[in-house]
Amino acid sequence: MTGVKDDVPGGRELLRVEGVTKSFPGVRALDGVDMSLRAGEVHVLLGENGAGKSTLIKMLSGAHRPDAGRILADGGHGGHGGHGGRAEATDHGGHAEDGGAGLREVHIRSAQDAERLGIATIHQEFNLVPGLTVAENIFLGRQPRTALGLVDKKAMRAGAAELLERVRLDVSPNTPVAELGIARLQMVEIAKALSLNTRILIMDEPTAVLTSEEVETLFGLVRELRESGVGIIFITHHLEEIGALGDRVTVLRDGRSVAEVPAGTDEDELIRLMVGRDIAEQYPRERPEEPGAPLLRVRGLTRHGPKGAPVFQDIGFEVRAGEVVGIAGLVGAGRTEVARAIFGVDAYDAGAVEVDGTELARGDVRAAMRAGLGLVPEDRKGQGLLLDASLQDNLTLARLHRDTRGGLVDRGAQRREAARVAGRLQVRMSGLGQRVRTLSGGNQQKIVIGKWLLTDARLLILDEPTRGIDVGAKVEIYQLINELTASGRAVLMISSDLPEVLGMSDRVLVMSQGRLAGELPAAEATQDAVMELALQAAPGTTTNDESAMEGSDVR
Amino acid sequence: MSAEVKTGVAAEAVGEAPARDGFGPWFSRAVLRNGPLGGLIALVVVMAVLSGDFLNGQNLLNVGVQASVTAILAFGVTFVIVSAGIDLSVGSVAGLSATVVAWAATAEGLPVVVAVLLGLAVGAAAGLLSGALVAYGKLPAFIATLAMLSVGRGLALVISGGSPIAFPASVSNLGDTLGGWLPVPVLVMIVMGLIAALVLARTYTGRAMFAIGGNEEAARLSGIHVKRRKLVIYALSGLFAAVAGIVLAARLTSAQPQAATGYELDAIAAVVIGGASLSGGSGKASGTLIGALILAVLRNGLNLLSVSAFWQQVATGLVIALAVLLDTLRRRSAR
Repeated sequence: MTGVKDDVPGGRELLRVEGVTKSFPGVRALDGVDMSLRAGEVHVLLGENGAGKSTLIKMLSGAHRPDAGRILADGGHGGHGGHGGRAEATDHGGHAEDGGAGLREVHIRSAQDAERLGIATIHQEFNLVPGLTVAENIFLGRQPRTALGLVDKKAMRAGAAELLERVRLDVSPNTPVAELGIARLQMVEIAKALSLNTRILIMDEPTAVLTSEEVETLFGLVRELRESGVGIIFITHHLEEIGALGDRVTVLRDGRSVAEVPAGTDEDELIRLMVGRDIAEQYPRERPEEPGAPLLRVRGLTRHGPKGAPVFQDIGFEVRAGEVVGIAGLVGAGRTEVARAIFGVDAYDAGAVEVDGTELARGDVRAAMRAGLGLVPEDRKGQGLLLDASLQDNLTLARLHRDTRGGLVDRGAQRREAARVAGRLQVRMSGLGQRVRTLSGGNQQKIVIGKWLLTDARLLILDEPTRGIDVGAKVEIYQLINELTASGRAVLMISSDLPEVLGMSDRVLVMSQGRLAGELPAAEATQDAVMELALQAAPGTTTNDESAMEGSDVR
Repeated sequence: MSAEVKTGVAAEAVGEAPARDGFGPWFSRAVLRNGPLGGLIALVVVMAVLSGDFLNGQNLLNVGVQASVTAILAFGVTFVIVSAGIDLSVGSVAGLSATVVAWAATAEGLPVVVAVLLGLAVGAAAGLLSGALVAYGKLPAFIATLAMLSVGRGLALVISGGSPIAFPASVSNLGDTLGGWLPVPVLVMIVMGLIAALVLARTYTGRAMFAIGGNEEAARLSGIHVKRRKLVIYALSGLFAAVAGIVLAARLTSAQPQAATGYELDAIAAVVIGGASLSGGSGKASGTLIGALILAVLRNGLNLLSVSAFWQQVATGLVIALAVLLDTLRRRSAR
């Protein structure tokens, strides 16, 4: 705990990444990335979606292995021979080596290897078991034992209480994790990381789901950890957080580390480094002179969650033929839920969805399809594709009933249609029989969109249409959006990629905490204007976090 | 666009290579490449070498007869497994349907045609009920069909009072031969196999099976009524089980309430040996037929070799494990 406390900028180097490269089928996710982390430093990892941040931290937490390049860390053995030696140096900060002298190459093959090296990661999706208590989660898999080999609940609770106090979390160790709100879950994750003698803490967009007070609490805790010599890799999209918390910034762009700059760097410069190109060129939106007739009208759409808190409330808007309407907002603002409700995937409690003035039945996907809607879901692999089926089967899935006569499917027609749309979308494939799993992310997304082109959908709802696909494929998707709207169709696009929403939308709807916080025409939609609306707290409503806090203060 | 060109399959291909070295490289490669069919051919060759009686025409037809009930059950189970479900009830549904046919025709004196239709309807209804429990009751398929296994067997015992009922003579002809040499069960197996192949490859329900098994959420978001399809899928499985039950009873010339006990496991084994994945999305009628034939050839051959029934069970278990193991390796190397 002593040793390297005050020399923040010159702290001992804990971790170095050298020339790390990683390819996935169709995408080079990382291409010669360099980065270093010192003790007592908050190192911000900055980059657009798909720039390679996630791949990099997954590599550090043992989920991926680099194709080329080295990772160096100090201390423990990174599992050289599988279950090799256990780290002997758990007393962090005790080593006197200066600079990189104490670093050695490590191979992080598993989460256990990462743990041995003192690396802990707080992912956006928490790794907690909802049915277990806070204490059980913190010590999951390493519960203290009594002499008889049973779990020593008393010691576990005491240990947990101490850790909870360190993260200033005022809940009982016996509270089931399921009763906690997101902010508290995050604190439990941090407490768990602390219990592992973590020297390197990786936090993947920890502030994305927090309210501003919660962010302050988190920052306080992060600063304390920094004081105690922990090295922190911090991922955020909020540029103002960089100056407030960070020490250094590594900027990733298209899988490369393009710059390492001090955290005091001006925001415009950071954006320039991050985007690296002219926005206009990246988002080739051709806006229509005048939008056409209203296609979709949503009125007063409301759905209540299981605890009575609204998932979304009083959502109303209109989409006209030829238009791209973007929906911006923070993750968890209810955007995806609204899209699913419109498409009939989930039911809603009040309101109406009208297409061409005719109201759609609630919770009926087929009715939405008949009316000319199509949904490209946010989770391409989990909800959009049959990964092990052929391109043809995937492309024709949504028109299966249409190609059926007397119970028999016209496979010939399906093949012709699939070939037509695959050609039009310029899908790079070996043939229609190729399994979709083996396509690149961009081509997979073309398949999901192509599926709806084959149903002659007139309004496509695109939920995170370019997540995880490379820049070239993104531009192709944008061109496709242009083609669709030019032919009189409309697009409703949800995206967490703010430049994308601003660059492609004719109008931007901003959602915040389940409500429509505002609507901005393209000319007025700037990053600042959108973020201001997105962070706006709904007036006079109980937020999810507040309701989740009830009942958790058992103490 | 540049990243497309750089497409590196390397990322995944670095994984474990298939076991090329080790036990007989030629043999393992041949089996790996050709899958279940290669396995069947290899098994037939081995049996023909070990026993002079194996390759005679009459014996091969016997193998066909022995495979028929398992194969017909397995065709139905293929539908369920392709859609990522499981049906444990087919053995007892087969027993129940056969019992209903015999009871209706023999005890109640209904016309044979009506009795058979009733038996088929009972099978389909049992499947429909399992399907409803799975689709609307949200029970895991394992549990829903386990319950149906028990209910079906119980009802068969209730209806029959626990003792065999003679099968109507006209239906028992199903157990005979056609033209003096072609066993009718084999013919029924072939017809049901063709129907199963048609259902899987060409019908709406069949294509929906693959979609649901491949990714249920994606299927739902593409406008497939997943719940309704599940009803149809389990009903089809029940219907095929009823046909299998009637064929079995015809061979035995009586409906025995305990008939086909445990056959569901053979049927599942046949489907899996045939290359279908229990996680859904893949499977073929031809593969399932081959799977059933592999099991039948193994039993028949081991009988000819006078291997004890106890050891036969051990051998069957090993073959199931080996078949799926090889299939896993094959898939991995194909990736």
